Amino acid sequence: MATFGFPEMMFILRSAGWTLLLTALAFTIGGIMGGGLAVLRLSQSRILRNIAAGYILVIQSIPVLMVLFMSYYGLSLFGIDLPPFLAASASLAVYCSAYLAEIWRGSIQSVPFQQWEASSSLALTRAQQYRYVILPQAVRVSLPPTVGFLVQLVKNTSIVSVVGFVELSRAGTLVNNATFQPFKVFTVVAIIYFLICFPLSRLSRHLEKVMHAGRRH
Amino acid sequence: MPAVVIENVHKRFGDNEVLKGVSLSVEAGQVVAIIGRSGSGKSTLLRCINGLEMCQSGRIEVAGHVLDQDPKHLRELRKDVGIVFQSYNLFPHLTVGENIMLAPRLAKGLGTAEIRKLAVEVLAKVGLSEKFDAYPDNLSGGQQQRVAIARSLAMQPKVMLFDEVTSALDPELTGEVLVVMEDLAKAGMTMLLVTHEMNFAKNVADVTVFMHQGKIWEMGTSAELFAAPKTPELRNFLSAGVH
Amino acid sequence: MKLVLNFTPVWAELELILDGIMLTIGLSAAAIVLGSALAVLLVGLKSLAPRWVGLLVDAYVELMRNTPFLIQLFMIFFGLPLLGLKMSGATAGLLAMTMNLGAYATEIIRAGVDATHKSQIEAGLSLALTRLQVFRYVVLNPAFAKVWPALSSQFVLMMLASSICSFISVSELSGAAAIIESRTFRSFETYIVVTLVYLALALALKSSLLLLGKRLFPNASGLERLDVKAGSV
Repeated sequence: MATFGFPEMMFILRSAGWTLLLTALAFTIGGIMGGGLAVLRLSQSRILRNIAAGYILVIQSIPVLMVLFMSYYGLSLFGIDLPPFLAASASLAVYCSAYLAEIWRGSIQSVPFQQWEASSSLALTRAQQYRYVILPQAVRVSLPPTVGFLVQLVKNTSIVSVVGFVELSRAGTLVNNATFQPFKVFTVVAIIYFLICFPLSRLSRHLEKVMHAGRRH
Repeated sequence: MPAVVIENVHKRFGDNEVLKGVSLSVEAGQVVAIIGRSGSGKSTLLRCINGLEMCQSGRIEVAGHVLDQDPKHLRELRKDVGIVFQSYNLFPHLTVGENIMLAPRLAKGLGTAEIRKLAVEVLAKVGLSEKFDAYPDNLSGGQQQRVAIARSLAMQPKVMLFDEVTSALDPELTGEVLVVMEDLAKAGMTMLLVTHEMNFAKNVADVTVFMHQGKIWEMGTSAELFAAPKTPELRNFLSAGVH
Repeated sequence: MKLVLNFTPVWAELELILDGIMLTIGLSAAAIVLGSALAVLLVGLKSLAPRWVGLLVDAYVELMRNTPFLIQLFMIFFGLPLLGLKMSGATAGLLAMTMNLGAYATEIIRAGVDATHKSQIEAGLSLALTRLQVFRYVVLNPAFAKVWPALSSQFVLMMLASSICSFISVSELSGAAAIIESRTFRSFETYIVVTLVYLALALALKSSLLLLGKRLFPNASGLERLDVKAGSV
């Protein structure tokens, strides 16, 4: 039986890199989807609003694990065969999009409606209102919860091994299967997760404090 | 041709009929003050004129634009009709200069140099030239409201609407805003203003309109109306002193 | 593209699904009760015990909140037997869920406790209540009422996260799905059915907790609602 030595440690660290990449890609794709959903959720069309609300409700009411399975098997059912990294990212992006959409919808709605009135009275189009008046203010509000959500995302990347991708958690499992030193192996894995997540949690809390201190209006 | 024509306008919020058939005509260059108790429908009427509220029936024509639901038409109308709000509604993330230059650039597509010149000009008109790079949060309420007026002026509107623009201000700050408005009136701007400032209405407005229970209850030249109110409701309103 | 769905083989395994549902409900219910109890204990320690105990509680909460539930589950399931604590997958799952939920609920309830006005505590002490009595009757009850919405969301998230127990072969709903999938090779159909069951469970749990909240805290409408957020485990 192998012991938990330098090569195993390096393997785990490399996999932590994949966890970060996975998070980044899922957040990027999920962010684009989530931004679109947030705007749909606030659209003037009732049908579009309801579709977006339904999507968000469903994704938030089922396990992330099921989101992963459904996206993964859903993709393959439509004949789309992605390599594991992309499949994992795409599946996580679906999960990510619903939560980001909800966070960002809240941020957009936190901008007083008078800002909409004032800008529309100045003959701006809806797109211009979003781009120049509403979003710059909403982004500030959205930063703390968005960074907070990143923590959730990092943690949830741990379950993408179900679609066959080796990231930090899967690497830990593989090393544990080879060495059978679960305390050591999973403690190292947990510490790495903690080192990624804890600073993000603190940053989120810090941003919240800064925002409350410098609140305008 | 009148600058503003309002014909038999009705507006309901749910079961509550706020405007019960209002008709009013405002000539170019005229200043019209709208007074009345809260809930009389005066602010709603003003907000109907630039389409912030849509009336259910009746016809409104402002600066040559007939009001309808089409967003494109509405934008065309709003290029010619400025509005100033009770709560200033400046964009807090933009400087004073940026607040003023935003709409001329986006809605009218004017060139940078021209817009800047325009901004400097309107800011001088409201006496705040030195605040070009300040953020709204660093200004007093009165200064913010003057910037809001400048922001509207930068669109070079044909008609200006003022919705209780001094009501949120401390008494010592209302004067500076009223002075700016008086200058505008003297310069020939067509103005409709909902106000609680009776002296301003009496001295500056050509015509004063008293609204009561969703209707124009009484109207006339300001001099006449304040000197000899005809209806008991207006007499009551004017003598109450607290508006 | 082969968009032919066939649910017949999945329905044949209905019993497995039902067993899975029961286990998911059982695990979640137990974790909610035990996790809340743990949270009350930890919040109590933080309020009443010496400062260093409070710091330990903080450390525990931060550790649980900043590591994945899956790793916590692995530590318990693979690690504890080495210390001579052998346990079934379901027991390990329940322990992990309790510890995880305990940490999140501590954070949420503490926000409610922190919002208690000092005058309330002073009033309680002036009435000759002990500190423990004040905590129990004056602080904790309104705190729960204030954070009940956030707490409810956290409970639902925990129920959903119980699916991760399938990683250590617990045959709750997701575990049952894995078995059915391997028997029928009808992956997508299986997960459609199971996903719908989760959806129903989540909505049912959400509305039951709403009702329970109204029953437990009938006067809560007078209290300020706190802006506390639940967090995905």
